[in-house]
Amino acid sequence: MINHLRPAITLIVAMTAVTGIAYPLTITGIAQAVMPAQANGSLIEKDGAVIGSALIGQGFTSDRYFWPRPSATGPEPYNASTSSGSSLGTTSIKLKERVAADVTRLEAAGLAMPHPADAVTTSGSGLDPHVSPAFAEAQVARVAQARGLHLERVSDLVQTMTAQRELGVIGEPRVNVLELNLALDALAM
Amino acid sequence: MTITGWLQISLLFLAVLLVVKPLGLYMARVSSGERTFLSPVLGRVESNLYRLAGIDTGREQSWRAYVTAMLIFSLVGFVALYALLRFQASLPLNPQSFTGMSPDLAFNTAISFVTNTNWQNYGGETTLSHLSQMVGLTVQNFLSAATGMALAVAFTRAFARSKAATLGNFWVDVTRATLYVLLPLSIIVALVFVAMGLPQTLDASVTATTLEGANQVISLGPVASQEAIKQLGTNGGGFFNVNAAHPFENPTAWSNYLNIFAMLSISAALVYAFGQMVGNRRQGWALISAMAVLLISGVAFIYWAEAQGNTILTAIGVDPSLGNMEGKEIRFGQAMTALYAGVTTGLSNGGVNGMHGSLTGLGGLVPMFLIQLGEVLPGGVGSGLYGMLVFALLSVFVAGLMVGRTPEFLGKKIEGREMKFAMLAVLVLPLAILGFTAVSAMLPLAVASIGTAGPHGLSEILYAYTSAAGNNGSAFGGLSGNTPWYNTTLGLAMLLGRFAYVVPVMAIAGSLAAKVKAPGSAGTFPTDGPLFVGLLIGIILILGGLQFFPALALGPIADHLAMLAGQSF
Repeated sequence: MINHLRPAITLIVAMTAVTGIAYPLTITGIAQAVMPAQANGSLIEKDGAVIGSALIGQGFTSDRYFWPRPSATGPEPYNASTSSGSSLGTTSIKLKERVAADVTRLEAAGLAMPHPADAVTTSGSGLDPHVSPAFAEAQVARVAQARGLHLERVSDLVQTMTAQRELGVIGEPRVNVLELNLALDALAM
Repeated sequence: MTITGWLQISLLFLAVLLVVKPLGLYMARVSSGERTFLSPVLGRVESNLYRLAGIDTGREQSWRAYVTAMLIFSLVGFVALYALLRFQASLPLNPQSFTGMSPDLAFNTAISFVTNTNWQNYGGETTLSHLSQMVGLTVQNFLSAATGMALAVAFTRAFARSKAATLGNFWVDVTRATLYVLLPLSIIVALVFVAMGLPQTLDASVTATTLEGANQVISLGPVASQEAIKQLGTNGGGFFNVNAAHPFENPTAWSNYLNIFAMLSISAALVYAFGQMVGNRRQGWALISAMAVLLISGVAFIYWAEAQGNTILTAIGVDPSLGNMEGKEIRFGQAMTALYAGVTTGLSNGGVNGMHGSLTGLGGLVPMFLIQLGEVLPGGVGSGLYGMLVFALLSVFVAGLMVGRTPEFLGKKIEGREMKFAMLAVLVLPLAILGFTAVSAMLPLAVASIGTAGPHGLSEILYAYTSAAGNNGSAFGGLSGNTPWYNTTLGLAMLLGRFAYVVPVMAIAGSLAAKVKAPGSAGTFPTDGPLFVGLLIGIILILGGLQFFPALALGPIADHLAMLAGQSF
């Protein structure tokens, strides 16, 4: 028993130095030197101020912007310091009531039924930066009206900002909401 | 379901198939103590470590000494991690000034990482200092995986050797697994992850001012380095609360592929290494085939179930064409989420890229069932291989009974002693899973933690103990597991699943190593052909799975029927 303690303790201490300190710090050093943009969170800056991350969704609510999916983070949606999914089961009454409320909200905003599934469901992270092309399309009329823009200009913008599957196979068609809204602001000027 | 979706799933398995052989051969060399291309760099580190720790590399251990060394190594690791988590408030590298963990949560978390489970009853970005993440969790991510690999290698030697009293040296096996396999692969994968967009910084967060003028605090940290070993070591404990559903752990479809590829490769390659080390590569492929059939069936079943959508929501005006999107990310969609969910539970990884608790009844049944089969598809690093070998022994035993011959596996006679220990090991899972679930389902303070009432509530409890005892770590997150009851009992289930399982398994190894390795005769049942693969799959399903069926009928299957009937709870 006792003769096992020396190798156990020594290995834990030594491996902590190697895998717990040297390894992450080396990776941090290389990442910061070679790929600082990614290593610091793929931040988007506008006029020198950070307005968000290209990878993290934001909780747009104004009529002038495209809306993201509902989010399950607390206390407010798209809280990027406490990621969270709803984890509600398919037969949860809370889920049904929440979705019903969102269906009503979207109807009031003039979106046609049936709604794309992502428009009324929360993502796994609560920080999904994307919506489906269908949900973006469904919002075109609302945004165009709020901004006094031609329907076609907004529709074309959604088309341009829609990312397709990589190599035609990998991933899903999607629209990054923050990038779309940034392009929208640029369009209006 | 689409052709594209099936193609996405197939591509991943093809990619893994390509690395199984080269990686397996490399790992066989490492495990046999041979020189590798990394020896010029790491040889000195290795020998200095041995000298410092007083390890005599020439001295091998009996199975008892090997297991004792493993238990003490795990115990010391547990104590160190527990202390770190309790006292993180007074330690450096705590930019967000988090307090120390409560005793029960620290107990649960420390056991969770030492047993390679990585169940998360804590939210990473809201609970843990950078020091705890790096020096605590990352270290055990390496060491618990290396421990599993060492045990599997020792078990392999029992078949490779004839009339041997020893199984190798635990300290050497752990050190070489860490230095030659896990560390170099982690460095490569971590850097690729950064290129894909995973953050790697010591800053805790950045505050953004959104286009609508609100403040958004975005958590950051050394994510990429932890994500790499989280996958390679089949650990699964994420930097963030929502694990690899978080865009910073898994920003793109490519990173999703790399995540799954990294978790699957080592476990699959280790099976090939087994074939190489026992001198029968076809045996390695036979085991891999059985694993692949069950794993791919599981993934396909989840994909099918989830692509149908939630019929309760369809009825109130939701278009089902995207499938069940609650708890899933747009960038992954149904196929890539099903792929992740199947692989993470066929392995004992337990990371998730979507919320398993929001899967449909049948879609959620599969991950639970894959864990209950014993985490052998191909299972955790090391633990999957020795788990699969126990099933292989049971299979030849059953085959032997059918034809009335003494069962043999790889030239070793399988007798009463081995069978008793094998049954002892196989019974640990149902005992821990069904026992704790039954008690919790009757205990008001335990039932109070469920998130969705009705059959799904039972599924949440059943999944929790399944995940803990299987050392998986994924969860139906609706269950509020951070209570003294669940922290303690889930901790115990993890301990049972890891150690109460592996001690009898290593006893089998000791007993087999001592036997003569006899060459096969005309009457020997070949264990590297399709007949054996079929038998093995049957044994895994019947012995591993059937005992859970009544519980599954009351949970996920009832949940599915309720959904079809439009019943919410």
